[in-house]
Amino acid sequence: MPEVFFLLGFGDGGWGLTLLAGALVTISLALCCLPLGLPLGLAVAVAARSKKRLPRTLATLFSTVFRGLPELLTLLIVYYGCQIGVQKLLAYWGYSTEVTINAFFAAVIAFGLVFAAFSSQVWLAAFKTLGKGQYEAASVLGLSRWQTFRKVILPQLVRVALPGLSNNWLTLLKDTSLVSTISLVDLMRQTNLAVSATKEPMLFYFAACLLYLFFSALSGRVFSFAEKRYSLGHRGAQS
Amino acid sequence: MSATELLQLFFDPELFERYGARMLDGLLVTAKLVAISFSLGLLLGLLLALGRLSRNSMLRGATGAYIYFFRGSPLLAQLFMLYYGLGSFRELWQDLGLWWFFRDAWYCSLLAFTLNTAAYQAEILRGSLQAVARGQHEAAAALGLSRRTTFFKVILPQSMLLAVGPLGNELILMVKASAIASLVTIYDLMGITKLAFSRTFDFQLYLWAALLYLLIVEVIRRLLRRIEMRLGRHLDT
Repeated sequence: MPEVFFLLGFGDGGWGLTLLAGALVTISLALCCLPLGLPLGLAVAVAARSKKRLPRTLATLFSTVFRGLPELLTLLIVYYGCQIGVQKLLAYWGYSTEVTINAFFAAVIAFGLVFAAFSSQVWLAAFKTLGKGQYEAASVLGLSRWQTFRKVILPQLVRVALPGLSNNWLTLLKDTSLVSTISLVDLMRQTNLAVSATKEPMLFYFAACLLYLFFSALSGRVFSFAEKRYSLGHRGAQS
Repeated sequence: MSATELLQLFFDPELFERYGARMLDGLLVTAKLVAISFSLGLLLGLLLALGRLSRNSMLRGATGAYIYFFRGSPLLAQLFMLYYGLGSFRELWQDLGLWWFFRDAWYCSLLAFTLNTAAYQAEILRGSLQAVARGQHEAAAALGLSRRTTFFKVILPQSMLLAVGPLGNELILMVKASAIASLVTIYDLMGITKLAFSRTFDFQLYLWAALLYLLIVEVIRRLLRRIEMRLGRHLDT
């Protein structure tokens, strides 16, 4: 038992700090996907509700493709696809060099797209809960379309969408473990390194699972706080 | 760039001749992996769901912890834990005569996927069992049906109707997640594709794999909608 504490500890020869450093990469990767995934998902949902045919088709195509592909495959397609694409472009202009895309960047793009596809479904469902009266009332008040969206629709959307988005976030957090396959040194990769150095697979993979669980639980707390915060007005209206 | 050159980028007949059949074999492995672990997971998931709903608090706590663990951590970590972790207790398994099981990446993947999907399916089934109206229990009791008959003839069929949709989603998620098995040397569709790519560095292989995955997912989705409509046909009008 003391050996376990030693191996997972922070002292000399302990892997505690290394694992935490990996966890930091995992968290920052997942967080970096949000600025891409959230607005893109909302945009896809808006496009899917458009009256024009073209945006509707594109939105359906986007969400079908990125929800249907295995995340591992999406990641590899973005990672190798970007490299080969850039290489081909450069060769076209007469340069021939080996191009390597930053693995972190490729992962953010790939998981951002997947997150956008899944969250677009959540936004769509949230749109359906809003009554037509909201739009009519806003137009009677003389609000512009942008003001209506920003001040009337979006706050209500976020309240309804939060539980679904929280699920999307938890899936994203777990999916990031796949980046260890494109040699980005995240929590999973650090665990693999620790295992090959110490020959203690059971201990370290279990520890990694627990760390992921810890972050899931932590985000659960954050989301339940956010849900309370966003339904303040709603609760007041009900009681 | 001419049209044939462009076509060559996405469909090279020579490459197709070399790897097309093998990718279909890989697809079969994927299908087998998903079918076996999903059905075993359904059985285990039903037991877990009953455990979650039991009156015994020990049982409730244990099944709750199981579900929480398997839903909260990545499948990849679970697979590595079972394959490399359990595989490291070689002497123990040899003494127990189970070494053939834990030595084999195929069985370990099956085990990991079964345990993982069971946790997700348990939550789906628990939700659908709880969604059956109280009156159904009361009516069954009033008719003097035994607990077993009540469960199998009254509650389960009605809850399955509610569970079909979410279970189908879980099946699709499993098809996608099965690609992870390629990381422990299973030659499923993903595994074959990665192998072929490492030999040829031809990117179109990944696009073919993507098309195949999209095709399976779409077929499952359509079938599911059919089944749902058929099962729920007495509820309309």
